[in-house]
Amino acid sequence: MTGNRDVTMTTMPRLLTGHNAPLTLSEYESTFPVIARAGSLLGELDASGLTGRGGAGFPTAQKVRLLKAHRGHHKIVVVNAMEGEPASRKDVSLLRVNPHLVLDGAEVLASLIGANEIIVCIARENERLAGHVRDALAERVRQRRRTVRSSVQTPPGRYVAGEETALVHWLSNRETLPQYRAKRPHVARVRDRAVLVDNAETCAHVGLIARAGAESFRSLGTDASPGTALVSISGALDRSQVLEIALGTPLRQILAVAGADPDPQALLLGGYGGSWLDATHLDTPYANEALAPVGATTGAGVIVVLAREGCAVAETERVVRWMANESARQCGPCAFGLPSLAEDLTLLRRGANDAAHALERLTSRCGVIEGRGACHHPDGVVRFVRSALGVFRDDVADHASGRPCIGSGSARHYATVPRLDHEGELTWQ
Amino acid sequence: MAVRRRSGVIFLRVDPVLCDGFGHCHELAPELVAIDEWGYPVITTEPIALANDAALASARLAVRGCPRQALRIERVNER
Repeated sequence: MTGNRDVTMTTMPRLLTGHNAPLTLSEYESTFPVIARAGSLLGELDASGLTGRGGAGFPTAQKVRLLKAHRGHHKIVVVNAMEGEPASRKDVSLLRVNPHLVLDGAEVLASLIGANEIIVCIARENERLAGHVRDALAERVRQRRRTVRSSVQTPPGRYVAGEETALVHWLSNRETLPQYRAKRPHVARVRDRAVLVDNAETCAHVGLIARAGAESFRSLGTDASPGTALVSISGALDRSQVLEIALGTPLRQILAVAGADPDPQALLLGGYGGSWLDATHLDTPYANEALAPVGATTGAGVIVVLAREGCAVAETERVVRWMANESARQCGPCAFGLPSLAEDLTLLRRGANDAAHALERLTSRCGVIEGRGACHHPDGVVRFVRSALGVFRDDVADHASGRPCIGSGSARHYATVPRLDHEGELTWQ
Repeated sequence: MAVRRRSGVIFLRVDPVLCDGFGHCHELAPELVAIDEWGYPVITTEPIALANDAALASARLAVRGCPRQALRIERVNER
């Protein structure tokens, strides 16, 4: 599922280096020189305004503070490179090309919070990448550059496995099940040890900030969303790509750089728990403060380009069906609700007699399901369905009145989902 | 004996992982807990004033009646 698919990388060289060959430690050291810093490391991290790149966009410095203030000597830094989003390839690409930057960032985080262990989590299906990162760790040991005990762990690569509580639960109990937290923010623990979980790309940015400083980090991007971000772009274009772009770049320009369809019907932004964006908003800058008014976020850096001949209802249905199957089936509203949403979408796509009822049910079920899971998996699906019903309201109305669009029967799909090969069976361990 | 004054509001909350949809809470406290089409509880998000003894009593009933012990009463102090 996560082998080397057709992914090319075009970069504005910061995290990525412009060529696809992996960097060795010495090459890395010469490409990313250390520049003397003025302030403290945590001060720099604060000044940089870095936010998490895994989807939630939480300020990294704030998270570090929470863990730093936490008592206990045996803390752990977990680098989350699970990348369960089927349309996302950024963390995998980053670790393949530039593993030492990510590992450096993780070591910086470890020193900031006082952790004495680093665990890099990579999906089990991605054995080659895990081997590659293990090699990089061995290289650091050989060159006496390792400061903290580090290892690679390979949980099963399901969608919810990358969710913070599920990942932490797997590390202690070998089950990738999200956990219910009565109170948030909550400091996650692996066997009494406090854990800081950060996305691999976030770690790389931390590594950069530690080397070049906050000012250099802020030299790209916008005031509210400084820095660059990795974007996985797929759909109506020749080759799926991972791009590094300055935050605030207009979407139209990103499409042009990727060589995507310049006149798409819509974009899927954030990930499969994200939202659709109508093509009339193509001049919106790619940054959360600009996307929020039009109902989207940068999320996990996923962009799927939907061409004009595609059927938005069919695309939404396929994604929701896959997401329903990826539910951990712990919470009733998610385990039963998401398949019901997928069924309603199927009826709507077909545009049969009961499509109008399906549309009504869809709207009311979204309201019933929202906010009732232990994790935000069902909420993401609800957000996605709602955005589809809003952005494509004319198409949806046509489907509901029994006139499905021409594209709905087409075999060409834009949003990739892995084959449902584990449908119905539960493999959590 | 000092009089303990109760202040603040309570919420009835469900742990969705523990809940298996027995539906006892709906039977015991229908005014606080509705049931969705799959049999899982939809709990009112309105805070219950601690002074409301009737609501508090039925919330307690629901908590005690849950076979999975998935319900809890959370007290939130607010001014």
